[in-house]
Amino acid sequence: MIATIVPIAMALFAVAALLNLYRLAIGPDIVDRILALDTLMINSIALIVLSNIWMGFGMLFELALLIALMGFVSTVAMSKYLLRGDVIE
Amino acid sequence: MTSIDMPWTLQLVIVGFLLFGALVALIGSWGLAKLPDIYTRLHGPTKASTLGVGCTLIGSLLYFSHQQGGVSFQEALVTIFLFATAPVSAHMMGKAALRRRLKGVPGTRNMPDR
Amino acid sequence: MTISRRSRQYWLPRPLFSLFLALLWLLMVNDFSMAHVLLGLALGVAIPVVTHAFWPEEAKIKRPLPLLRYLLVLLLDILRSNLVVALRILRPARHLRPGFFVYPLTLDDDFAITILASTISLTPGTVSLHYDSEANTLLVHALHLEDEAEAIASIRERYEIPLEEIFR
Repeated sequence: MIATIVPIAMALFAVAALLNLYRLAIGPDIVDRILALDTLMINSIALIVLSNIWMGFGMLFELALLIALMGFVSTVAMSKYLLRGDVIE
Repeated sequence: MTSIDMPWTLQLVIVGFLLFGALVALIGSWGLAKLPDIYTRLHGPTKASTLGVGCTLIGSLLYFSHQQGGVSFQEALVTIFLFATAPVSAHMMGKAALRRRLKGVPGTRNMPDR
Repeated sequence: MTISRRSRQYWLPRPLFSLFLALLWLLMVNDFSMAHVLLGLALGVAIPVVTHAFWPEEAKIKRPLPLLRYLLVLLLDILRSNLVVALRILRPARHLRPGFFVYPLTLDDDFAITILASTISLTPGTVSLHYDSEANTLLVHALHLEDEAEAIASIRERYEIPLEEIFR
């Protein structure tokens, strides 16, 4: 049962990632693109975890944790740059 | 994939978590693609995607706990991390959007005029 | 602030936090052998000593039990809010009535406000966007805003009052 569900879940997450790419491409503002990248990171964590089940490694969590960290830090850093970058203060 | 020796109730629970997670995350990304302005788009990823990926991680936790005998907590850590950071990054992005004076959709109530 | 190097304040500023770090280390390596317990405890002592200077004022969690109840309520609300938001996303966008509202805070502890803002972001259709430290208000965006006063009252009743109990 799991062997059939995992590819289906992966396909759903792949569609989600495509939707994120669509938003990343059309923008319209840079904040939308940051949001799209952030969501893409989150969805890729799920894809990694699912492929981990699929291939039966059981050792890709460090990667998932690393991507979660990188996604968070880069999102906050880019937002922070926008907050400081072109502000009329 | 050696899930033959797993009791079917556990399989059902894992399958439920994986499918529910994938569907919720898909709805979150659908919202990101379709909603009209940046402020409404913030809602999809912060809630739906986080919960969706969280459910997927819990499904994976159950699976590997059974496969390897003994509980593996690392997915739980990733889940907690995601739930703790999603509101913060949403807050930062919303702040950036406000500073750039992005417009909300027509009909947004009490649009701040800063 | 200078603290004597001999005092407990210097070596173990927050014992619970050190214990938490040790536990986090054990969960991360997923190995509960004696060596990792010792290494985790060593890290739990070393990290606070090194980073102590950067820490904000200590948050006072007065009652841990209501905190657990709060987290449980939060978990249920996250599930509920996701269903609500998912339905709103699936419906046509012209049914949405997005709006901003200003939420006046009664909490004054920084950590408690952080938790409240995170809670608002994780629960039904609201995202906190801006904290005004002078007026002590949060600017909140709601995906579907029907009645401001009701939204404010429900946040106050459901989250802020329990948080006040925990941190007072």
